[in-house]
Amino acid sequence: MTARTPKIRLAGVRKSFGAKRVLEGIDLDVPAGESLVVIGGSGSGKSVTIKCILGLIRPDAGRIEIDGDDVTNVRGARRDAMLRKFGMLFQGSALFDSLPVWQNVAFGLIQGRGMKRNQAREIAIEKLAAVGLGPDVGELSPAELSGGMQKRVALARAIAANPEIIFFDEPTTGLDPIMADVINDLIQTCVRRLGATALSITHDMASVRKIADHVAMIYDGRIVWTGTAAEIDASGNPYVDQFVHGRAEGPIRMQVRSI
Amino acid sequence: MHLIAAFLASIGRGFIAFATATGRLALFTGPAVSHCFAPPFYGRVVLRQMVEIGYYSLPVVGLTALFTGMVLALQSYTGFARFNAEGAIANVVVLSMTRELGPVLAGLMVAGRIGAAMAAELGTMRVTEQIDALTTLSTNPYKYLIAPRLIAGVLVMPPLVLIDDVIGVMGGWIIAVYKLGFSSGVYLHNTVNFVQFNDVFSGLVKAAVFGFLITLMGCYHGFHSRGGARGVGQATTHAVVSASILILLSDYVLTELFFAK
Repeated sequence: MTARTPKIRLAGVRKSFGAKRVLEGIDLDVPAGESLVVIGGSGSGKSVTIKCILGLIRPDAGRIEIDGDDVTNVRGARRDAMLRKFGMLFQGSALFDSLPVWQNVAFGLIQGRGMKRNQAREIAIEKLAAVGLGPDVGELSPAELSGGMQKRVALARAIAANPEIIFFDEPTTGLDPIMADVINDLIQTCVRRLGATALSITHDMASVRKIADHVAMIYDGRIVWTGTAAEIDASGNPYVDQFVHGRAEGPIRMQVRSI
Repeated sequence: MHLIAAFLASIGRGFIAFATATGRLALFTGPAVSHCFAPPFYGRVVLRQMVEIGYYSLPVVGLTALFTGMVLALQSYTGFARFNAEGAIANVVVLSMTRELGPVLAGLMVAGRIGAAMAAELGTMRVTEQIDALTTLSTNPYKYLIAPRLIAGVLVMPPLVLIDDVIGVMGGWIIAVYKLGFSSGVYLHNTVNFVQFNDVFSGLVKAAVFGFLITLMGCYHGFHSRGGARGVGQATTHAVVSASILILLSDYVLTELFFAK
């Protein structure tokens, strides 16, 4: 691996579901230690991109590299080793209903890495504290928590094993603006503290401005613009301009029927 | 001519759908079973599932067996009294319960209770991305979710059916002694003398097979659930219906294997 090798590289990644083509050749590099945010409208292929990297969805074509290693169709022990580098915060938090909060946070440590329960519990409480939750919350069931607290727990679970790469899938969806800002702050702090590489997908521009070093815009299954977070307001790209300003008129056409 | 083509096309579509479903089930069953024999084993999860499938099903399965034994005794008496063969009631009850009704009725009741619950739980986990979350936490969903349920189903159904057999025989005994005026000692003597090891053993083998089929169908339909609440509802229905049909089908096949001359 050279110094220039990106942490994550996607080259020509394509994916279709039946006749519907979702990814039409995604090319994307995420440098190590940086935070890249992928923006785009609903159904533009953001979530599918992340799931292809994690191997949850198998791409039809293209190449995915982590630290320079081709992991496109990796299986078995190599896939397990690859997944140990990742933490992921899901859009709906995806906490396990049947387990108390601390076991949710410690799950990857106990089941995935075979750590002793007592040791994993200590780490879980430490991670809950890092996202502003007390040890008493650890004993609650996820169903007893508000949406914002669930997101915090999901963030604690994502960082529990000190991953090298963290994915954030719509981290502020469904939250009020203040709680969304709290989550953005936590994401920023946690990622910096870990020195991790972060890949986020969102359509919340406040999130983008807060957590992004670089931004990529996805439209119609392709990356149509990449740049730094500071460049986003003067990108000169009509797709980005329309998205940033939230205009109905522009090159991005939403699939809606006229009334 | 056009109608014939449409008719043939509908048969073809049905056949392709059946072949696709069979193939998907086979692709699911292979890794699901292989993960039952390869470490890591999640002992706590297996135990939790055994309690869920076995212990919590006892009341409903026990009641079913009790009333089935009672009805069997009543109906047999009505029929056998015409030929002065009332003495055979104990034999009919114990044979019917151990060979057929015990395992089949317990299987159908557990399919309704557990198969549906498994499909709903796994289906909800699927649509809320909890199964994807397992994968990202370096945990194989087949190993953590599917294999423990299959193991628990196979291990816990035989003892459940054994208890079910005893309760069913007791139901027959209650009717024979307290309603039909049989001697308690003679009834029990007839029961114990008539039943053979193979009668009970075949029922327990059936129970293990039914346990496998119920948990497999619950897991398969839940795991492949799609499309939100409606998809979870459909998965639940399919799990119960397919498990019930497979129980009756495999019951015939196993009876042929055990008792056909």
